[in-house]
Amino acid sequence: MAARVRALETILTQKGLIDPLAIDAIVETYETKVGPRNGAKVVAKAWSDPEFSEWLKRDATAAIASLGFTGRQGEHMQAVFNTADTHNLVVCTLCSCYPWSVLGLPPVWYKSPPYRSKAVIDPRGVLAEFDLFLPESTKIRVWDSTSELRYLVVPLRPEGSDGLGEEQLVNLVTRNSMIGTGLALTPVRK
Amino acid sequence: MNGPHDLGGQMGFGAIAPEIDEPLFHAQWEKRALGLTLAAGNMGHWNIDESRHARESLRPADYYSSSYYEIWIKALEVLLERHGFVSCDEFTAGRALVSGATPKRVLSAENVASVLAKGGPCDRSIAAKPHFKVGDRIKTCNFHPETHTRLPRYARGKIGIVEAVRDGFVFPDTNAHGKGENPQYVYTVVFQATEIWGNTADAQLTISIDAWESYLESA
Repeated sequence: MAARVRALETILTQKGLIDPLAIDAIVETYETKVGPRNGAKVVAKAWSDPEFSEWLKRDATAAIASLGFTGRQGEHMQAVFNTADTHNLVVCTLCSCYPWSVLGLPPVWYKSPPYRSKAVIDPRGVLAEFDLFLPESTKIRVWDSTSELRYLVVPLRPEGSDGLGEEQLVNLVTRNSMIGTGLALTPVRK
Repeated sequence: MNGPHDLGGQMGFGAIAPEIDEPLFHAQWEKRALGLTLAAGNMGHWNIDESRHARESLRPADYYSSSYYEIWIKALEVLLERHGFVSCDEFTAGRALVSGATPKRVLSAENVASVLAKGGPCDRSIAAKPHFKVGDRIKTCNFHPETHTRLPRYARGKIGIVEAVRDGFVFPDTNAHGKGENPQYVYTVVFQATEIWGNTADAQLTISIDAWESYLESA
């Protein structure tokens, strides 16, 4: 595949259809600028600021854009909030739809058949593979991203995080907690 | 189409096996594959729906034995050939041999940031009012088009409840085939797992899809 992709890039460059420097710039964007740290900032702000949280619930696209996160695969956003009795899980059974603007590029498992096939029929089994075991009484809601809406899970704020500022809260928000295959981290007591 | 991509509820693919500290890319060529796909798409000769359809049209054995970036590259080659940019001979030769179609635009490095930040919004205003409202009981179509659709097989012919009425959105089923955007309202429709998977399904589980209006009828 390496040779095939190199040949393709050569052909497209020779024909003036692409600029290799643009490809460098695209890669650099997702390596250094757009990643799950963006989403973690959104969640940390939602935990800290009830007004922002309400806005995020009502109009996630605008609320997220207010923090500077916009663009490709984040044009139409919906935030879904975990509650004490409901856990949310996001999947794209048909392809690999994922909220790039807040989470960056999806991990391989998110795009692969095992996860895409199982998430809608056996989400508890999926969560177990991520070492996440929820009480049987916890409702699970699976969001299959079949349209251009992109979903961001807002995990529950962990116990023991009272008094932490947004900057510290950001470190508790994992990528998987924003997909639904994990929970936010519990702060380490010093 | 009932293609290899329509995976919801299929079995036998094995463990999810999330990788600890997964790198963003697993090989240098994956970086180029990402960039090539985005840059070529930016020429403006096909839309995201046609891209998705090209990917799901790979033969099932090919689809299932390819990584996602491999699927992207194989589909990109199909699109470039279909739209007259690269010939079959050129793929074989690994270099340009003939002049091909002229692109509407070529993405330059300095435009990357603005193009990515802008994205490609697919919402469109619709003059008519939405046909369904929140709380409506609906049944999804039971159809099996050979063309592109975003109604997964597991959710066809099922009874659900409209949970949210979204904006008008480009209709992928026609847009993927050069038959126009024909925007329709999109609805978030929620199903009990028992409706989809039968009586033994988890009673605490609900599943939602986002469905274009023509996928739904009143129930």
